[in-house]
Amino acid sequence: MSTLTFGRAINAGLRRAMDNDPKVILMGEDIGKLGGVFRITDGLQKDFGAHRVLDTPLAEAGIMGTAVGMAYRGYRPVVEIQFDGFIYPAFDQIVCQVAKIHYRTQGAVKMPITIRVPFGGGIGSPEHHSESPEAYFTHTSGLRVISPSNPQDAYTMIQQAISSDDPVLYFEPKRRYHVKGEVDEGSDPAASSMEKARVVTEGSDVTLVTYGPLVPTARDAAVAAGDDGVSVEVIDLRSLAPIDFETVEASVRKTGRLVITHEAAQSGGLGAEIAASITERCFYHLEHAPVRVTGFDIPYPYSKLEFHHLPDLDRILDGVDRVLGRPNSLSGLER
Amino acid sequence: MALKNIESVPGGPGEPGSGLIQLITADGVRVPEPAYDALVADIDGAALQGLYEDMVVVRRIDSEATALQRQGELALWPPLLGQEAAQIGSGRALRSDDFVFSSYRENAVAYCRGVDLTDILRVWRGNASSGWDPYAINMATPQVIIGAQALHATGYAMGILNDGDDAVAVTYFGDGATSQGDVNEAMVFAASFQAPVIFFCQNNHWAISEPVGLQAHVPIANRAPGFGIPSVRVDGNDVLACLAVTRQALARARSGGGPTFIEAVTYRMGPHTTADDPTRYRDANELEDWAAKDPLKRLEAHLDSLGLFDEAFTAAVKAKADAVAAELRAGCLGMPEPAPSDVFKHVYSTPNSWLDRQQDHYERYLSSFADSASSDGSS
Repeated sequence: MSTLTFGRAINAGLRRAMDNDPKVILMGEDIGKLGGVFRITDGLQKDFGAHRVLDTPLAEAGIMGTAVGMAYRGYRPVVEIQFDGFIYPAFDQIVCQVAKIHYRTQGAVKMPITIRVPFGGGIGSPEHHSESPEAYFTHTSGLRVISPSNPQDAYTMIQQAISSDDPVLYFEPKRRYHVKGEVDEGSDPAASSMEKARVVTEGSDVTLVTYGPLVPTARDAAVAAGDDGVSVEVIDLRSLAPIDFETVEASVRKTGRLVITHEAAQSGGLGAEIAASITERCFYHLEHAPVRVTGFDIPYPYSKLEFHHLPDLDRILDGVDRVLGRPNSLSGLER
Repeated sequence: MALKNIESVPGGPGEPGSGLIQLITADGVRVPEPAYDALVADIDGAALQGLYEDMVVVRRIDSEATALQRQGELALWPPLLGQEAAQIGSGRALRSDDFVFSSYRENAVAYCRGVDLTDILRVWRGNASSGWDPYAINMATPQVIIGAQALHATGYAMGILNDGDDAVAVTYFGDGATSQGDVNEAMVFAASFQAPVIFFCQNNHWAISEPVGLQAHVPIANRAPGFGIPSVRVDGNDVLACLAVTRQALARARSGGGPTFIEAVTYRMGPHTTADDPTRYRDANELEDWAAKDPLKRLEAHLDSLGLFDEAFTAAVKAKADAVAAELRAGCLGMPEPAPSDVFKHVYSTPNSWLDRQQDHYERYLSSFADSASSDGSS
């Protein structure tokens, strides 16, 4: 066991994947000498060479499209998108090529591309640096979408993503890059699945589902609710496409109440998918309609207002009150 | 508004005038081109006859496929009529370990790569989302997103570089694609990494209904040097010239000289696809002008001047084309229908819980009809 920050854990996972497979190459803007704007690839170009850690021209479609060509050639490219809001120029290549080439070629051509995306807000950045675009990708068949919430998962799941023969979007909660945690660097990534959700905190009254940057917030909310006599079960989805609905369903069958929280905008978001799927699967076990606590349907706001937009502990607790039918901010509006 | 003017700019994108590499004139006369003659010195009479046969065969494939579409056997077909020389000349220059990333109109290139004829029809009959295993013939299946494949070829070429190999990636696209960001970004990447890739642009003058003057205000080949990529403008209806310039670009790429951009000036004599109607936007005179530069006719005239176009030869070529057309038709009509459950196949390479559930539910739904059918039958 070693103590690593979230960012260093990704770095260690990348290093191990590159050690294990010479076909693993990294591509992105500023990832070489600089080590990336968040230093996630720090030292890798020095140790593995510029032919395996490629600083690319500043063109996201170009990076993604050439990664497709590299994959055709038998490589396993790991692409860094510098910030969430910079992924859109690459959107066409991701949706029309990366996601579909395996289907198009009837399985003849695999696209083992990992797309690393620092995402989410809370770091005081200007426009385009704090977005949560995951639902665009969970809606696209052919892609797998995951998001680790702690250093151990960051370390393990980056290796699982790289070894996947399907393309994987790996969403990194950038405001947690400096969180420290214990990491077992000897652990075997193949011994677990990146698509299994994890019960973070067991509870019996309310199921609180989240992922990525809000997992620590949800855990804190569960502690606070416990102080108030409410037992909250927190589930870290880890995988956003596909979602491990079996784990969520088993929890909701127990608690009868579901709250979902994410930073991304509400309408058409993952919260809607989770609420609908769980309602379909175990409607008669629900004591209340599922409740969503999410970012608003707005462009990501300027930083002095971002903490109004981002769900925090109190907004999550308000959602817990709503699903329990206790007095809450919307009392009197709901019926 | 000013398109006419753009097209009439001397040397402009619509003008097959100055700067064109040509080895055989429209009248079939072999003209010296010192910088390129040596590159095709090995092309003797028999090789020229082979190139001619290729062009006749792919034109026959094209007309047969168009007929199959008219007869309701294909949903759509994108003809290459008029572009045989550009595709055969370049396609025959390649080595088997080179890798092609093309658009949907390069059926003659696929033919050169040794594609199973039935495979080129699968997608147009709606029986598959593409036709072949790309690794079987080292050619990606046709790209429909305009220009996207230029990046794939460049990335593949970057992989070749990493491998220390001397293969070359070749991407085919049209004049319309040169307006796409992907093609321009591909040239940036190719130049920066000195990737062994050939950008083979068939300027066929039309992007569906849009004339080339809407895509480019200067000859398309002029753009590449701005990226640091040498370019050449070739008579795309001259199969020998297309072979020569492609060989030159391949040699450059194999020896570490990086990318080349080739603009093959040709003409789409047919519609964009069988769903198109060029009479709505194209002057009949223009078609006549280009018919006079037909790539097959000029090689016929040239072979004739060499005494290589006798009845025995033409009969043999016709027999081959007829046999290929018959094979194509039989392959089309005999194509097995896909099974309903195939709709779920190959979305992922390993099981996916969301899709597995949907497939399970759909199969239950389908089998609910089977139950009612069998109970009807037994009653």
